[in-house]
Amino acid sequence: MTMPFYVPPEQLMKDRAEYARKGIARGRSIVAVQYAEGILILGENPSGALQKISELYDKVAFAGVGKYTEFEQLRIGGIRRADLTGYAYSREDVTARSLANAYAQTLGHIFTQEVKPYEVEIMVVEVGESPEDDRIFRITYDGTLYDERRYAAIGGAAEALVSHLAASYRDGAPLGDAIGWAKAACTAVIDENGPVAWEAAVVERTDRRRAFRRLDPATLG
Amino acid sequence: MEAVTPAGSFAALLRLHGLGPRWDLPAGGGRLDPPEGTTVLAFRYADGVVMAGDRRATAGNVIAHRRVQKVFPADGFSAVATAGVAGIALELVRLFQTELEHYEKLEGRRLSVTGKANHLASMVRGQLPMAFQGLVVIPLFCGYDEQEKTGRLYSYDVVGGSYEETDYATEGSGGRDARLYLRGAFSPDMAEAAAIDLAVAALVSAAEEDTGTGGPDLRREIYPNVVTVSAAGFAEIAEDRIAEAARRAMERAR
Repeated sequence: MTMPFYVPPEQLMKDRAEYARKGIARGRSIVAVQYAEGILILGENPSGALQKISELYDKVAFAGVGKYTEFEQLRIGGIRRADLTGYAYSREDVTARSLANAYAQTLGHIFTQEVKPYEVEIMVVEVGESPEDDRIFRITYDGTLYDERRYAAIGGAAEALVSHLAASYRDGAPLGDAIGWAKAACTAVIDENGPVAWEAAVVERTDRRRAFRRLDPATLG
Repeated sequence: MEAVTPAGSFAALLRLHGLGPRWDLPAGGGRLDPPEGTTVLAFRYADGVVMAGDRRATAGNVIAHRRVQKVFPADGFSAVATAGVAGIALELVRLFQTELEHYEKLEGRRLSVTGKANHLASMVRGQLPMAFQGLVVIPLFCGYDEQEKTGRLYSYDVVGGSYEETDYATEGSGGRDARLYLRGAFSPDMAEAAAIDLAVAALVSAAEEDTGTGGPDLRREIYPNVVTVSAAGFAEIAEDRIAEAARRAMERAR
């Protein structure tokens, strides 16, 4: 019988984090920017079929970067949880905070308990009655939950994107400005031949029950 | 295992969690007399389908509710109306709405109109055990087919049979009278305004003959629900527009 080598927990966690970070860094990043009438989510995505941004519930949207199958699984899990809650109780009982908490629990559990951590970083955003009620949550591969304000970014280039956005961001701007800032930030961190195609959506303050709307290429310019 | 459930089914998810609605009842239980919704109708017009329902729910010969809703959006491009036991109908509609939205979000596209109609058929069939206890719900369903660019209309029977209708369909206790009225006045190329007037007039006519059907109540300002499904999607007709149609129909019925 062979004995497994002893690996100190610090080393184990460090290795896992490094593995996850490497996986995430291979993919493209996504930004979220608050504007007067809602929150914009935008990223570069050459594929028109495999989407990274999605509707979770009436006022709540999801975005993921990293390994597609893994964040797709999280997206499906989120929609199931939201629809179950909304059906069992009431539609207004589904909130971004509770979904983000559930995601943090799941990712935290996978990071420590499973054979390999998920190579993903995700965002859950919610449009509120007023800009003060808007929510942007960011959850990393190890289940750490961040409550962001105004703008946020996920993916390998997140830090660079955030510093670009910090330079241009103003409160209460129209959607067109937010799209401009988001595209400029993404273009600045993309090397090689520049962006191929954008994927973008908003959750907007509207009378419609479902606030999620995808933006077509004409709007994105 | 989750792989055996069809893609994106919310009902399958509910069963997985043991939360599925129970349509089966022990045999030989006591007799219930729950509120029942009565008359709903739908017919095709130039731009799509118009669907309408009166507002009354009855328990035996008692008026149980005066303002119930029997016509609902199913999703952005379809509508569903119900006749029969009101409590079960509401649950059936809520589950159907959630199912369609759940599928749309998971798959990134809406179910086809036929897909929605077939799914509703299986939901009606699923409550057959309750139908044997006298607790029957029968829906009407209409949707706008975005591929064929046409409105489509389906009626159902108690065992979950689904029938596509080319002109009009009615359901509920006043359904026969509404159908008689529609038979005389229906034409497939009506404009929206004429279609709304006809839908209200047919309900007024049903209320004249059937005690279960509530006519427009001008004193309490209770009017039928009328909706349309067309290329522009689901639309609910404003109450003052329906009130106007109701007043005209009642003038004529006098």
